Amino acid sequence: MKEVPDASAPKRMDPQTFRLDRSVPGALNDFDTHALEEALRIGEQEGDGEVVALLMGPPKAADSLRKALAVGADRAVHVADDALVGSDLIATSRVLAKAIERENPDLILFGQQAADSDGAVLWAAVADRLRLPVISQAASLELADGKAKVKRQTEYGYDVIEAPLPCVVAVSDAINEPRYPSLKGIMGAKKKPQDSVTTADLGLGPEEVGETGSRTKVYAVGEPPPRGESRRIEDNGDAAEAILEYLAEKKLI
Amino acid sequence: MPTLVYVEDHEGEPVNGSLGVLSKAAKLGDDVAAVLCGSGVEGLGEQVGKYGAARVLVADDPALEAPLPQPRVDVLAKLVESEGFDTVLFGASVLTADVAAGLAARLDAGLNWDLIDLEEQDGKLVGKRPALQDSVLLDVGWKSEPRLALIRSGTFEPVESGGAAEVTKVPVEVEDWSKQAVMLERAHEESEGPSIEDAEVIVAGGRGLGKPENFSLVEGLAKALGGAVAATRAVVDAGWYPYASQVGQTGKTVAPKLYIACGISGAIQHKVGMQGSGTIVAINKDPNAPIFEYSDLGVVGDVHEIVPKLTELVKAKRGG
Repeated sequence: MKEVPDASAPKRMDPQTFRLDRSVPGALNDFDTHALEEALRIGEQEGDGEVVALLMGPPKAADSLRKALAVGADRAVHVADDALVGSDLIATSRVLAKAIERENPDLILFGQQAADSDGAVLWAAVADRLRLPVISQAASLELADGKAKVKRQTEYGYDVIEAPLPCVVAVSDAINEPRYPSLKGIMGAKKKPQDSVTTADLGLGPEEVGETGSRTKVYAVGEPPPRGESRRIEDNGDAAEAILEYLAEKKLI
Repeated sequence: MPTLVYVEDHEGEPVNGSLGVLSKAAKLGDDVAAVLCGSGVEGLGEQVGKYGAARVLVADDPALEAPLPQPRVDVLAKLVESEGFDTVLFGASVLTADVAAGLAARLDAGLNWDLIDLEEQDGKLVGKRPALQDSVLLDVGWKSEPRLALIRSGTFEPVESGGAAEVTKVPVEVEDWSKQAVMLERAHEESEGPSIEDAEVIVAGGRGLGKPENFSLVEGLAKALGGAVAATRAVVDAGWYPYASQVGQTGKTVAPKLYIACGISGAIQHKVGMQGSGTIVAINKDPNAPIFEYSDLGVVGDVHEIVPKLTELVKAKRGG
């Protein structure tokens, strides 16, 4: 799971480091809550499953991880280390693969995207490092006979793909409706185990993570290509008329 | 800059997104090879060669029959190492995103994604990536070679160069663990109903409609305007509307003159499928919905009230 800037927080790139300013209030990446929900559902079906929420991020992301516990994860692992700052895909996948290896899970779930970086590829890099099968864009997931069966949505419709466990599955945000934490869940979250892990604990040297462990960089932050003027109206009962007028003005009707 | 461009194929044809990237690569340099990975794809080599590649490498093997990423990572990793490509480019798709990221991990290579342009700046390759809901445009690069990049779908148009490429078969060796995921059923396109790709007017519905029955509101407005109906991934996956109408990252890319979004929050996955539309009108009750950031006219209000009224007004105007 990932902590991203809260949807209502102002987002900006730091003009010096060209990194996303993460000092604003954070929230659990919404896409990841669908992966958590799917894990909880599977745990409930299997009866004896343990759900571990794994997050890499700064110390303050512990709050987001606690939300995962409040919603229902049994345990949380937080990879936090100053050395991780500035990690790109290649460095992040290296860290997560090590952290996942320690847990030795039967199923590894990802959300379909990081809301801050728009990254939507991490699972495939992690799966390659773990030498495990990977299936992405899962619109549904069933487990049976030690296998995961996934309906994958592509540009052409739905594929059905099967892989033996353990495997990596990235779920879409349409796979389920994530639950909200109950008051009992929020109270209980404080008592659940929340491990903090450093890169050294994972057997990684400082040169393998963060900026030095990364292979991409940002050179500059610039202005996007301009878009025409946009208009905004609030409906006071006459919005339909206003839209019609607008369409007529633009000669679209 | 020996560059390799991955050319995806679907139902016996190279996909346009890949050919567009190939054309762009040919503009940036002469030493460009294309690679095809599939079963029975050797015949596509000549066709692909028309888009600027000096060479077309063909990995043709039954192990590459299904569009699954991992066997392709095995093939590409060996090719990049044996041929010394320093740049590998992909037109982004569900398949290529997973191939590119798997390859990045395998080769310990940098991967930049969602690029909308590539250029040379003082001898170095620079990619352009919109970020933070397209409020900024980043110049991104690579600290080492090979450099891997996923280009946003629909960014570059395929251009025939008039040249012909040398077509060569390359060896295919697939790791055991790459064969573990298997395709049980292949997607086949549903082709019923009017095509949204050719429509001049599109009225699209999302989760904000509340329930599947409310799609009748969208259909009513589309009919009044003489347009087609589109849907977001969320409602398609929920079974409210057929896949053929889906606009977005894993759906169709559309560019009508007028796009009216009803009850669509406008996540990036939706946006990439419709941002080329001429005029975008959005109706949503959430004033913070991302779709308002890229609408020409944003209307904060209830779709259930506004859409039926607008339909009646349009009917009256067009009828009169």
